[in-house]
Amino acid sequence: MMEEVKETASVLSVHDDSIKVTEVLKEGDTLTFIIVSQKLSGTGEYHVDRTYEDFEWLQQHLFSQGDVPGIQGVIFPPLPAKPQVNASPRSIKQLGFLALGECQPYCKALETFLQQVAAHSILSKNKAVEVFLTSSDPPGRQKVKKNIFNRLSQAVEEMRKEGHKDVDEFFQNERDHNLILTGCTKTAAEKFLDVVATEQKIAVACGHFSTALHLCVEPGEDPDKQAFSRVCVKLSEVFESIKKNMTSVAENNVNTLGLGLDLESRYQEAEREMLFRRTCKLVELENAQRNVEKAKPVKKAAMEEVKKAAETEFEHTSGVAKQEIARFQGARVEMLQQALVGWCEKQLLTAKESADQFNQHLEVFRGMA
Amino acid sequence: ALTTGNMAASSDRNPPPFPTAEESEPGLCDMADADSDEGEDIFVSNVGSRFGDTSNKLTCVFRFALSQSQKACIFFISQLTCIQEEEAKDSFDVDVAVTNPEKVGDGMNAYVAYKVSTRTSLPMFRSKVFSVRRRFSDFLGLYEKLSVKQSLHGCIIPLPPEKSVVGMTKVKVGMDDPSSVEFVERRRAALERYLQRVVSHPSLLQDPDVREFLEREDLPRAVNTQALSGAGFLKMINKASDAVNKMTIKMNESDTWFEDKFQEVENEEQQLRKLHVVVDSLVIHRKELCGNTAVFAKSLAMLGNSEDNTALSRALSQLAEVEDKMEQLHQEQAASDFFIFAELLGDYIRLLGAVRGCFDQRMRAWQRWQEAQSTLQKKREAEAKLLWANKPDKLQQAKEEITEWEARVTQYERDFDRIGMTVRKEVLRFEKEKAKDFKSQIIKYLEAMLQSQQRLIKFWEAFLPEAKAIA
Repeated sequence: MMEEVKETASVLSVHDDSIKVTEVLKEGDTLTFIIVSQKLSGTGEYHVDRTYEDFEWLQQHLFSQGDVPGIQGVIFPPLPAKPQVNASPRSIKQLGFLALGECQPYCKALETFLQQVAAHSILSKNKAVEVFLTSSDPPGRQKVKKNIFNRLSQAVEEMRKEGHKDVDEFFQNERDHNLILTGCTKTAAEKFLDVVATEQKIAVACGHFSTALHLCVEPGEDPDKQAFSRVCVKLSEVFESIKKNMTSVAENNVNTLGLGLDLESRYQEAEREMLFRRTCKLVELENAQRNVEKAKPVKKAAMEEVKKAAETEFEHTSGVAKQEIARFQGARVEMLQQALVGWCEKQLLTAKESADQFNQHLEVFRGMA
Repeated sequence: ALTTGNMAASSDRNPPPFPTAEESEPGLCDMADADSDEGEDIFVSNVGSRFGDTSNKLTCVFRFALSQSQKACIFFISQLTCIQEEEAKDSFDVDVAVTNPEKVGDGMNAYVAYKVSTRTSLPMFRSKVFSVRRRFSDFLGLYEKLSVKQSLHGCIIPLPPEKSVVGMTKVKVGMDDPSSVEFVERRRAALERYLQRVVSHPSLLQDPDVREFLEREDLPRAVNTQALSGAGFLKMINKASDAVNKMTIKMNESDTWFEDKFQEVENEEQQLRKLHVVVDSLVIHRKELCGNTAVFAKSLAMLGNSEDNTALSRALSQLAEVEDKMEQLHQEQAASDFFIFAELLGDYIRLLGAVRGCFDQRMRAWQRWQEAQSTLQKKREAEAKLLWANKPDKLQQAKEEITEWEARVTQYERDFDRIGMTVRKEVLRFEKEKAKDFKSQIIKYLEAMLQSQQRLIKFWEAFLPEAKAIA
């Protein structure tokens, strides 16, 4: 057990793009993820095993860096929701694409999270990241005291703040735009998930048809009966092919565009949260300004202090936020491009393979007596 | 009111009456030439080009350019011996098509009239190419007439499609909405398959009612079609089956062929029903995929519109268009699944019911024979009694009755044998047709799938540069 991690800056000793979540082990209800990363200096790898709770520990540490100036302006890489071994319908819905398949999409999402944290200029400096990726012991499970993120307990007043008018046109535009994009992306991801679900149903139905056809095969030497049996057997193979095709199409969808839309959707949410935090700071600042104006001469100096502190924090936050937004806009376009290109290439390959297979089947049938 | 033009536009198929060049048999025109008795072997290459496989070389043996009567003789022999290409030859002689559905009249009395076109070389028809207009009840009427003919007992008479009050009511209201279009197309295709099966049956083709159906300008309206509603056919056959099962005198089959075959037919019907259920669910999922793809396309379009980055925005909008095209593909795929497999399986499930009906007809013929024999026996006993009682005039009557019943017994025995032979021949022919039918439908399906995939490939190839151009 590690002792409590101090909030000191450190340098990450691994290549951020080498981080891979290679496996997931199931023990009863617990899922353990194996994470491998390449050392920066020399050769060699770190192998660690982590549970979801460990990821949450990491995230808590990142959130509680109150002493880092402008930390509230950071768009925090989003951590996927908690996975469950025997997932409830609500959990499945929440996870969306990440609930599909045999954990590969989910592992990929965790991997992306770690890579983004490790690549982040501010976040990678947190010691918790180094500990998480390199320590052979599991990180501590103590509750971290200060947490600036209590969004979960969002009271009604908090919600009102979201609409608070901005003083900076750049940020107002960004907020408005983010609001629209968040909605659109979420919808697109949901609808795409529906498409994938239907594709999987078709694959299953084709499998049933293929199996049922085998039951039509009749024994006997009657040439006509044999002819029909041959037809049934061959048709069964055709539908097996169709099933494989559909399954591949669905997998391609999930592993490329599906993951891409999911990540984009969660990232848009993360940006939204950052912008909200900044808006809260703005409200704080404006309140402090009003307090200074209203304050009696006795209190005025103290209020002035509070206002100055709020001003500084707001400026730091906005500074970091601007950088983060620029970085984010570039990164997301690149990420979506990769997703779309990868998706297109995979589907193209699958379509060509299927066409070949259908051609072969066609030749078989044409050649049948 | 719906005109032919509309129908052509709204339904996928309003084809010319006859199949495309590759399906049509070039042999037909040559048949006319062959009448000249030139002694050339003119059919071989035509047959080869139509089927393209070696098994049909057998047919060539019979297809020398012979005189009409020689050809007729061989045609008849080939029928009795059930050679493989018999059916192929039948389809050479008559081709039918059902096209151009048109709504006639208005309101609840409206109905749909179809164009029934025939192309033939057989001399029993008045011309080589002709067409008439028929409505659905005419097709039902044809079946009704054929199914009660004693001479056709034991034959597997193809079944027309079933009545549908719901479907027709919608059509009466208007033929423009997609579900009505689908209903009419489904019915048109089913009527065509029905007629094609009728004319490719050697015995049915000879039937005057069939000829009248194809040729006569104004056909008197069929009246006995009330019984043939919904699942009426199978209900009819099943009722008959039950009656047969309740027969008190059980038949002692010397030849197990009939028992075995009947069992096979029943098993096969069950298998096909299971397949049909699976295909139905497949069709439903495909349609669902269409809907989901369309919705996804819309969401992509919205995303593209909201996007600031120009290249990404354009790519997303392009993608929305690709998805729209894919929806179209999925529609066609669903139609393919449905019209090829679901309908094929449905047809054969009902045909197998008709096959069971033939077996029942044979049983009833047997029963009639047995009952006649038992009546004859009673008459003989009565005569013996009368001999003792010495009543000459009553005796005369008794002797006459015995003669009458002896004739009947002989007749019924002949009927029973004949039906038995017919059933055997019919079942063998049916099995051949079935294998061929399934095979040709599957080829159609695979060709459609292949085309689909190739179009899909084109969509992706067109989109790839757009995706790459984003960053």
